[in-house]
Amino acid sequence: MTQGQWIRRVVKPAVFVGALVPFVMLGGDIATGGLAADPIEDITHRTGLTAITLLMATLAVTPLRRLLRLNALIQLRRMLGLFAFFYVSLHFSTYVMDQTLFSGQGLSPALIAEDVAKRPYVTVGFTALLLLVPLAVTSTTGWVKRLGAQRWQRLHRLVYVAAALAVLHFLWLVKADVRRPVIYGLVLVGLLGFRLVSERLRARARAAVGPSRSGAAVSVVRAPVSEEMAGRSPDSR
Amino acid sequence: MLIKRPADIRSSDITDEAFYLNRRAFLATAAGAAGAVVAAGALGRPLRAATPAAGQNDDELTPYDKVTSYNNFYEFGTDKGDPKAHAHTLRPRPWTVSVEGEVHQPTTFGIDDLWQRFPPEERVYRLRCVEAWSMVIPWLGFPLKALLDAVRPTSAAQYVEFTTLLDAEQMPGQKRQVLPWPYVEGLRLDEAMHPLTMLALGLYGKPLPNQNGAPVRLVVPWKYGFKSIKSIVRVRLTRTQPRNTWNVVAPREYGFYANVNPTVDHPRWSQARERRIGDLFKRPTLMFNGYAEQVAGLYRGMDLRRNY
Repeated sequence: MTQGQWIRRVVKPAVFVGALVPFVMLGGDIATGGLAADPIEDITHRTGLTAITLLMATLAVTPLRRLLRLNALIQLRRMLGLFAFFYVSLHFSTYVMDQTLFSGQGLSPALIAEDVAKRPYVTVGFTALLLLVPLAVTSTTGWVKRLGAQRWQRLHRLVYVAAALAVLHFLWLVKADVRRPVIYGLVLVGLLGFRLVSERLRARARAAVGPSRSGAAVSVVRAPVSEEMAGRSPDSR
Repeated sequence: MLIKRPADIRSSDITDEAFYLNRRAFLATAAGAAGAVVAAGALGRPLRAATPAAGQNDDELTPYDKVTSYNNFYEFGTDKGDPKAHAHTLRPRPWTVSVEGEVHQPTTFGIDDLWQRFPPEERVYRLRCVEAWSMVIPWLGFPLKALLDAVRPTSAAQYVEFTTLLDAEQMPGQKRQVLPWPYVEGLRLDEAMHPLTMLALGLYGKPLPNQNGAPVRLVVPWKYGFKSIKSIVRVRLTRTQPRNTWNVVAPREYGFYANVNPTVDHPRWSQARERRIGDLFKRPTLMFNGYAEQVAGLYRGMDLRRNY
């Protein structure tokens, strides 16, 4: 098996199952009454924590791929991103129910709008959700082709903003113990910092090689997308 | 910080075990009897449904396992389940509470002195957390006023300050500076002397579980839960308003008074409703947690929006 096949046939299904574990456990706890004393709070916290964790995992794909020289890892990125979005959706739905039906009110968008506008931590969380919607929609291969790889990639850099807002959302909602949101913040700084540094190094390498290779550099940037689309094994870069 | 403890425990302070066990048996019987009386509706009613509002008459007791497994007690960790998981390191006996400051008779009470001198009674109170959840708990305790009367406050006493144990060995959460330790709280003297204000020694007819603030804690049912300080080692009467921990940490969010008030939101969430633990649907929060009839007079003329 090539590395690409190994990741496609073994790692990817394993990650798929792993990403479902929090959902299955939540379902189990709901069915058996195993939730905390405030079940809605428990669901909200667990889906939120899983979502932000998977968001970080999504952002870890590129650094890992470069550090491990294991380009085929790219095959995990879309799946992880969509799972993050899945948990964000559960998290948001729980919040909506709590604000409306469970508060003895109708399912009114106005109530949600009011809360989103009034409470900064909700505002940033909701903004993160909004930013993730177009990314989930355009996650298909068809949309990559339609937008063109470069534009698609530029659009999907919104995930950096969404992740930062998610950390801020977490930080602003805790009462006093900021340890967990700070850890997520540091992880995010690391993941984004890696990109900055590695881009700079690559730019320097390109400059050193000379202008004739710059065209090749662009195609290198595109490569991950086309690999993912075709499921091809990685080049030797 | 210095916590004064007696150099040694005098033999006269040690409760004979037979008496101790007997007292437990007595309490269990008494609690059972009190429970029966409550069920008969003779005792609990004035305290339970002081100002019943629509849909508020169903103050069922929150089950024991929920009361003892869903706690905010940062001395043992910041998750709700942490106190139950980690509070076994607390040693609630021997224990002393020093009552000092602006009093004529500063006194250090051993925990067994408290049980003996102030025979506890069962009181069912609503507990409203500042995080918009609530419980209904059958406490076992006595009015704080009885303790204060015993030490005779001076005419200069205006406030009462309470301090939790400071001991990172017993309270491992104190190894991290999540809050400035030890936890402190305060009441105005008239709030402290109010008949609803109690020192609890137990719940559900038994001594307090560690995670609920063993061996002695404050219960002020018309204020947000964080006022009801746990595991108290010192009560000090003062001339000036004491500091209270959450107000020090986040003054915009937590005031000194912290009266339950559905019309004044926490900056980050609404206080208009609350989830009674065990319920799916939230219920409206009542002014002064439903004890307005008894306590509103304490705040006449005060701007409760400013004095949150």
